[in-house]
Amino acid sequence: MYQLIVIGGGPAGLAAALKAKEEGLENILILERDKELGGILNQCIHNGFGLHYFKEELTGPEYAGRFIAQLEGTGIEVKADTMVLDITAREDGVKVVSAVNGAEGYMTLETATVVLAMGCRERTRGAISIPGARCAGVYTAGAAQHFLNMEGYMVGKRVVILGSGDIGLIMARRMTLEGAKVLACVELMPYSGGLNRNIVQCLNDYDIPLYLSHTVVDIRGKDRVEQVVVAKVGPDRKPVPGTEMVFDCDTLLLSVGLIPENELSRQANVVMDPRTNGAVVYENMETSLPGVFACGNVVHVHDLVDFVTAESQRAGAAAAAWVKNGPAASARTIELKNGAGVGYTVPQKLRLDAVDKAEIFFRVRQVYGNASIRVMDGEKQLAAFKREHMAPGEMERITLPRKLLEMAAGDTLTVEIAEA
Amino acid sequence: MKELICIVCPKGCHLKVDEENNYAVTGNACPRGAEYGAAELQHPVRVLTSTVKLNGAARRCPVKTNGSIPKGLLFEAMRVLDDVELTAPVTVGQVVVPDLLGTGVDVVATKSFA
Repeated sequence: MYQLIVIGGGPAGLAAALKAKEEGLENILILERDKELGGILNQCIHNGFGLHYFKEELTGPEYAGRFIAQLEGTGIEVKADTMVLDITAREDGVKVVSAVNGAEGYMTLETATVVLAMGCRERTRGAISIPGARCAGVYTAGAAQHFLNMEGYMVGKRVVILGSGDIGLIMARRMTLEGAKVLACVELMPYSGGLNRNIVQCLNDYDIPLYLSHTVVDIRGKDRVEQVVVAKVGPDRKPVPGTEMVFDCDTLLLSVGLIPENELSRQANVVMDPRTNGAVVYENMETSLPGVFACGNVVHVHDLVDFVTAESQRAGAAAAAWVKNGPAASARTIELKNGAGVGYTVPQKLRLDAVDKAEIFFRVRQVYGNASIRVMDGEKQLAAFKREHMAPGEMERITLPRKLLEMAAGDTLTVEIAEA
Repeated sequence: MKELICIVCPKGCHLKVDEENNYAVTGNACPRGAEYGAAELQHPVRVLTSTVKLNGAARRCPVKTNGSIPKGLLFEAMRVLDDVELTAPVTVGQVVVPDLLGTGVDVVATKSFA
């Protein structure tokens, strides 16, 4: 029997497994669906990773490579090219993970704890219901990134990108450098969902226009995309008739959001948070199933991998503590609610006796200049944190010491944004 | 006075650069922002990342310049990488193209292949 099975060998799974090992666990197994470890970082060949964690600027493969190299000599077992089918918790508390791969066939593996680190998936054309012809040439930006950076295939020559999330922006630059003409980046919202630096170095550097408050209203083409029609949207985000622009292109890339991939979590009856599409987690990243932890983009979509690493180390340490000391007990649990301007919080629940300082992550719903993050106990303000700039594309973080949490009169606290 | 968004790190500071005052930078949260702001208006540079052919493998080998190169050389640098072929074993950090286009900057592998 394993002490810990980690599902997913991307940055989250690697950090969780390594931390659990460091905290004294011996029998650890990582199950990875792909042929190699590293997850999405393998195709993120651009730089900008690791500034917080390693204090230097690395490419995706380098960031993953540092953790993969650390596995050596730890005895952490890895099964790659292995698909996990199911996780069940037995009545005696043991978790049973069923998985399959080509070499070993079907297997059932017993473990004391599980870390869910399956990451996320891209929203597709179907998820946002773009009308028009169902021709070839419509890709998610990440699929195009995989074709280009891993396999060496160009997916098109004249490209329109819908969505200004970071992957879309990165692909605008990448396709341009490889010889494609990127005609436009189109964003439904009045602001970009990506980091400012990516607008500068991926769009502005190559004179690629960014159309804010615009969307794709038609895709034309018989076998392959021939034209994409873009229109302005009003404050209600509905297309404004008469504002259509037609782009002659062969490819449409979609960078329209990421969704945590939680089929396994749902099957295992882990309680989910409809705001994040991830599991509801406690301060130590434990889910509603005792001994099952979750970390990284499977919990909520992060902006920086450095924060994934930090969060996953907490999950790994918590799994180790669970094996050594048993379940965390607490007389009092505080639930965090999101108030005005806040989309969600992670963690959602804090067991007071287990908290020293709680790091709370969340995203705001709109762009703010000079605003405060307030922690409210009903009408009473317990703490406020000033921010010069906040945007939905960037994750926010506040730290709440246990003393402050203990001031709550009831069992909920609200995190909200107040404009100055 | 010119306004820029710093690209050194994901924070994206809003910089103001005074061209008439020796490219003095304000609005930066760290010294690297001051360096970037002054350099960006005089001789902009970028790190280039791309991939090269990896013989005998079903995937490409990712590479990067191990320092910044002039922005104007990016497309020429991409053409140099077109003809590069590697064969495993490759070690992360291994020099793939030394002294790229006379810049003194090397192109290095960013992933190891056994």
